[in-house]
Amino acid sequence: MNGVHDMGGMDGFGKVEPEPNEPMFHEEWESRVLAMVRAMGAAGAFNIDTSRFYRETLPPHVYLSSSYYKKWFLGLEEMLIDKGYLTREEVAAGHAMQPAKALKHGKFDRANVERIMVRGKFDRPAPAPAKFNVGDRVRAKNIHPATHTRLPRYVRGHVGVVELNHGCHVFPDSAAMERGENPQWLYTVVFEGRDLWGEDGDPTLKVSIDAFEPYLEPA
Amino acid sequence: MSHDHDHSELSETELRVRALETILTEKGYVEPAALDAIIQAYETKIGPHNGARVVAKAWTDPAFKQALLQDGSKAIGTLGHVSRVGDHLVVVENTPERHNMVVCTLCSCYPWEMLGLPPVWYKAAPYRSRAVKDPRGVLADFGVALPKDTEIRVWDSTAETRFLVLPMRPAGTEGWSEEQLAELVTRDSMIGTGFPRTPGAPS
Repeated sequence: MNGVHDMGGMDGFGKVEPEPNEPMFHEEWESRVLAMVRAMGAAGAFNIDTSRFYRETLPPHVYLSSSYYKKWFLGLEEMLIDKGYLTREEVAAGHAMQPAKALKHGKFDRANVERIMVRGKFDRPAPAPAKFNVGDRVRAKNIHPATHTRLPRYVRGHVGVVELNHGCHVFPDSAAMERGENPQWLYTVVFEGRDLWGEDGDPTLKVSIDAFEPYLEPA
Repeated sequence: MSHDHDHSELSETELRVRALETILTEKGYVEPAALDAIIQAYETKIGPHNGARVVAKAWTDPAFKQALLQDGSKAIGTLGHVSRVGDHLVVVENTPERHNMVVCTLCSCYPWEMLGLPPVWYKAAPYRSRAVKDPRGVLADFGVALPKDTEIRVWDSTAETRFLVLPMRPAGTEGWSEEQLAELVTRDSMIGTGFPRTPGAPS
């Protein structure tokens, strides 16, 4: 979706402001939100792409004015309601009122903590040969899906070169909508800065994205 | 001081977060002690010290460096102390000709196992919007300047691939041990928004 989360190349957000000696969490509730997202995801309530999609669909003014973990919280609450794990009445009451919905991987207890500290695997067997080779010129398609996609707006329509082939991976556009993993070839595609930003762009800049095969066409 | 001031005021967000945890617990989805354990694991097991050890090893062991650039996950998997990286880590090398910088314009993708949880600035709009268009301007915000002819390569983390920058080894560190070198490796130098510390400089 063409949401405000797709920020590459936007102007007006001001300077980057690093915080010296930044703590891991600024408030305790942030750590609880992180843990709830990780736990409910690991228990099978949602996949990582669906959780991203719920943050992206926050109203633009909410997305832009909420802190990072506030966005995580708002997305989590809405997603769990939509997926039937809790109800708005329960949220309003602050207590469980309905029977639980079964979780694919069961309750998240202490025995599950170890396994989530290793990153998940996203590569899958290839359903078909790769269409592109390293060195091929490819164009990022001019597509504007209204649902989740990982093709940022700033590269659409532009030509780049395939630099790496990462194998076949879970396709976020499908997984986010719970339409299956639909594995697709994944490539690092490099663009010249001036192709993206025009003649006034930095001549020393190259930008790459990781692009799934359905995002690309031969150029 | 009144009694009310003895307790910190709970924000609306804090109350909502507590309520959600109560509901998830009452419904039997999560154990609060498991959430505590997740937080503790993040607070103690991941962090830039992991990435720093990898960088220092690459600076001292050419065969490891070659393996690391070939397949980051596999090479790091051979190191017992930082073996929890999972798959899909790509290590990119800074050279006098090319400087690498990592961003996630769409959300906040970041090599957690190597660098810890990302700092606020990495997840915020100014960095995400400008890194791909004006990386020299972003570097200036960090007080970092590159020679004007150096190529800047920005890696936008748009999939589950994660990127770690291998910075250049500082001059004046000949004969240093891995442990000494690791002390010079900063988090930002592995994102590409900074350089390693130089010998003798305040840390």
